[in-house]
Amino acid sequence: MWLFKSSIGRKLIMSISGIALVLFLTFHGCMNVVAIFSKDAYNQICSLLGSNWYAILATAGLGALVAIHFIYAFILTFQNRKARGNNKYAVTDKPAKVEWASQNMLVLGIIIVLGLLLHLFNFWYNMMFAEIIGQPTMGGYEATDGFSYIQQTFSNPVFVTLYVIWLIALWFHLTHGIWSSFQTLGVSGHVWFNRWKNISYAWATVVILCFLAVALAFAICPDSLGNISGKVVPFAM
Amino acid sequence: MAKNISFTIKYWKQNGPKDKGHFDSHQMKDIPDDTSFLEMLDILNEELIEEGKEPFVFDHDCREGICGMCSLYINGTPHGKTERGATTCQLYMRKFKDGDTITVEPWRSAGFPVIKDCMVDRSAFDKIIQAGGYTTVRTGAPQDANAILIPKQDADEAMDCASCIGCGACVAACKNGSAMLFVSSKVSQLALLPQGRPEAAKRAKAMVAKMDELGFGNCTNTRACEAVCPKCETIANIARLNREFIKAKLAD
Ligand code: HEM
Ligand code: SF4
Ligand code: FES
Repeated sequence: MWLFKSSIGRKLIMSISGIALVLFLTFHGCMNVVAIFSKDAYNQICSLLGSNWYAILATAGLGALVAIHFIYAFILTFQNRKARGNNKYAVTDKPAKVEWASQNMLVLGIIIVLGLLLHLFNFWYNMMFAEIIGQPTMGGYEATDGFSYIQQTFSNPVFVTLYVIWLIALWFHLTHGIWSSFQTLGVSGHVWFNRWKNISYAWATVVILCFLAVALAFAICPDSLGNISGKVVPFAM
Repeated sequence: MAKNISFTIKYWKQNGPKDKGHFDSHQMKDIPDDTSFLEMLDILNEELIEEGKEPFVFDHDCREGICGMCSLYINGTPHGKTERGATTCQLYMRKFKDGDTITVEPWRSAGFPVIKDCMVDRSAFDKIIQAGGYTTVRTGAPQDANAILIPKQDADEAMDCASCIGCGACVAACKNGSAMLFVSSKVSQLALLPQGRPEAAKRAKAMVAKMDELGFGNCTNTRACEAVCPKCETIANIARLNREFIKAKLAD
């Protein structure tokens, strides 16, 4: 199958799994911002995405995407090291137009995975996992009380620092990753290259700011957030 | 007015692909700065021969920037810091200063094994071209130049792609040892013209398959290649190759 056997095919796997993850992150970032304004609304989203079959299915899909992206990152990097050979240049001079992120995608990716594990431990384990195993109050709050878990996590400055490092790595990864995936798909050229590049920076910045805003807001003034109350009924379930 | 400069040259010595290799260095004195880089190496070799040492091996042919044979990695940049759009043979000593140390290395990439010193085997590129970088269309007798209409923009773009001289600087600069800038330029020069379209899908598949078979890396869009290409090829070519290849595979 050419997807696995050709270099462009393997890049396509990287590109499509990457874009899918970007779309997920975009949704997740938007969703998080709700917590700044309304505890009720945020927790309602949490219960909507609780341990329903569709949420579990989507989570499994996400896990598969991360796994595919991760495995191919290592396959590509391994093949590329081999293609490059063992002889290092004694003197190297990096041209200005080469972005730092583009040469460090694997390292950035590894930081992202470590952050992801921390994140799963802080939230998913106490929320979806707790519900699945039938101990919804395992983490000290109700499994659907995402708001309280946010408050708890970001009351700890160590977690805030780790999350900020994580988000910075993610930002760098995305500034290169987004335009790179469209380049890989072949939907780029003299004109669109610059457009995609600007879109990458703008998109990555907006998404990361959404996450950062929540982390920092809860680190600085946890008690004055989420006060808009009342039941929100987005659609009849 | 030319002025003279003196400098140290550190050059790579390696006896064949298996040898570990090492740097030798030599003091160059009073070299006029309108000497070309390759002329300077000729002077180096005469001095080495006079001293009874083995001359330094490097590749070159036309010495006028069109053949793509000269291939030296100078002070960390393939072809050195020429004005972009020029090869090693078009680099002049006026780009260096008195007292500099100039380091000369071969293209280092698994796809280009060292033959000796800074001469590397780039026949992999020929094999990629042989896999599909041509047209087999029977054109018959020459026809009127206007018989096939080609928009000026396409003709210009195809010409720009065709100006790739296969020097291999793109591979030398790439941390992934990828040959995508070369292959995409050679696919593009034909894909952009009506004469190249009938075999475009076949060509893209065959050339990419050969490139992969020869062990070149997977492009991760770092753009190191276009930054050093002496013919100013761009990664727009790579996007075009990706498009041609994916389309061809999906149509199978
Ligand atoms: C939520 C997390 C992630 C998102 C949204 C994401 C997104 C992307 C995108 C869009 C690309 C560009 C694909 C392309 O160039 O065609 C990419 C490339 C890459 N990603 Fe990720 N990624 C994520 C996590 C990871 C992880 C966990 C790793 C693992 C170590 C990783 C390693 C890489 C590498 C090495 C590349 C470069 C490959 C290339 O340019 O061909 N990424 N990523
Ligand atoms: S694309 Fe540029 S750097 Fe690569 S072989 Fe052609 S001329 Fe040389
Ligand atoms: S020797 Fe022909 S291009 Fe330099």
